[in-house]
Amino acid sequence: MHYNWHWAVVVTDPYLGWILSGLEWTVLVAASAWVIAFSLGSVIGIARTVRSPIVRVIAGSFVEIFRNVPLIVQMFLWYFVLPEVVPRSIGIWLKRDLPHAEFWTAVVCLGIYTSCRVAEQVRSGIGAIGKGQRYAGLATGLTPAQVYRHVLLPVAYRIIVPALTTEFLSIFKNSSLALTIGVLELTGTTRKISELSAQPMEMFLTATALYGAVTLGVSALMRVVEARSRVPGLIVAETH
Amino acid sequence: MTAFTLDYIAKVLPLLWDGMQVTLLLTALSLAGGGTLGAVLAVLRLSRHKPVALAAGAYVNLFRSLPLILLIFWFYFLVPLIVGHSVGGFYSALTGFILFEAAYFCEIIRSGIQSVRRGQILAGLATGLTYRQTMRAIVLPQALRNMLPVLLTESINLFKSTALVYVVGVRDFLTTAGMVGTRDNTFVGMYVLVALVYFVLCLGASLSVGQLQRRYAL
Repeated sequence: MHYNWHWAVVVTDPYLGWILSGLEWTVLVAASAWVIAFSLGSVIGIARTVRSPIVRVIAGSFVEIFRNVPLIVQMFLWYFVLPEVVPRSIGIWLKRDLPHAEFWTAVVCLGIYTSCRVAEQVRSGIGAIGKGQRYAGLATGLTPAQVYRHVLLPVAYRIIVPALTTEFLSIFKNSSLALTIGVLELTGTTRKISELSAQPMEMFLTATALYGAVTLGVSALMRVVEARSRVPGLIVAETH
Repeated sequence: MTAFTLDYIAKVLPLLWDGMQVTLLLTALSLAGGGTLGAVLAVLRLSRHKPVALAAGAYVNLFRSLPLILLIFWFYFLVPLIVGHSVGGFYSALTGFILFEAAYFCEIIRSGIQSVRRGQILAGLATGLTYRQTMRAIVLPQALRNMLPVLLTESINLFKSTALVYVVGVRDFLTTAGMVGTRDNTFVGMYVLVALVYFVLCLGASLSVGQLQRRYAL
């Protein structure tokens, strides 16, 4: 194999700018999607533990639907199919007038997909606490909402910090799927530069190192958070 | 624009089935390759030799920190540089899937083996069985039972992930449906159909896994 290594290409114009912009889009997609995933996931996760069977069934169906369709297919449904099936004026707005349409589509799609996984973690966190605390809370005269707010959720979130770290890292990696609808995030940029520059090795190694660095950085940070948020005296196996 | 009717679906069904066969083949080969490599890695990770265990651990951590698409592109662009000619999307994607899934299968198998209590191994050795016999007759049967549901769930994930070969143009189920949809301008119906098929297959599979788990749980 003859390959002419030429590392300087990574830091030359315009490639360096492209790589940095790719990394920026990756972080932006992942962080924005995480806002949706965390808030919606919390609501759905809680909804799966309430008393009303109707609410539980609706929340459960939501999770099953978004969990059982490949993410790339969901990406296409949001990007290609949704504008065609909504009323005409909204469809035209989605296709023509919405600025950065690919970006927002990717964020919404990834956010909702991950919210189902977050929901499962929230549900298992609440489930891990046990019924006694819920009953004790109700018996002291708290309303069900207050029981969640002051008794169940503070502990549940602390239990699931490690699992949420895993989900955040997976949203970060899954953000690469945004390239299928035209967002030039890190992986998409790498592919583009590989085709243009004839130095694919350097580009892929750089992208790999960047993904690895962010993952390692987040993991290290979260280990500190996990150590501080661990509930004393409670051993909960990490859930997948 | 062609109407998206049952007749139309029946007409394009053979094409879609061809695509589905590619999807199933990719899933089966990745499962076999990734499972085997994963089992080897798991044994290495549990090895008493520190450097071996560390190397296997580094492999797992590296591959779990990368997006699958990046890995597929790695092989799509770089294997031709090494072997001198293009290997096509199918083999580059397959290589990516095997190496990627091996890291996940390794962790599942490892935690399955570690879930068997230490006392069981000690008891086996105390009755006079050799280490190898203890592993085969006592640890592995229990470990397998513990990890089976997770292994099956991961296989379903793999089945869904194979749709990613779209990015290198392999004609799997999704790509075929997309091509037919573009040709006949029926992509709205086509993508909805694809989503439905995946949904039914994956939901059915994961419900069966749940049932299996309830029946065989230790």
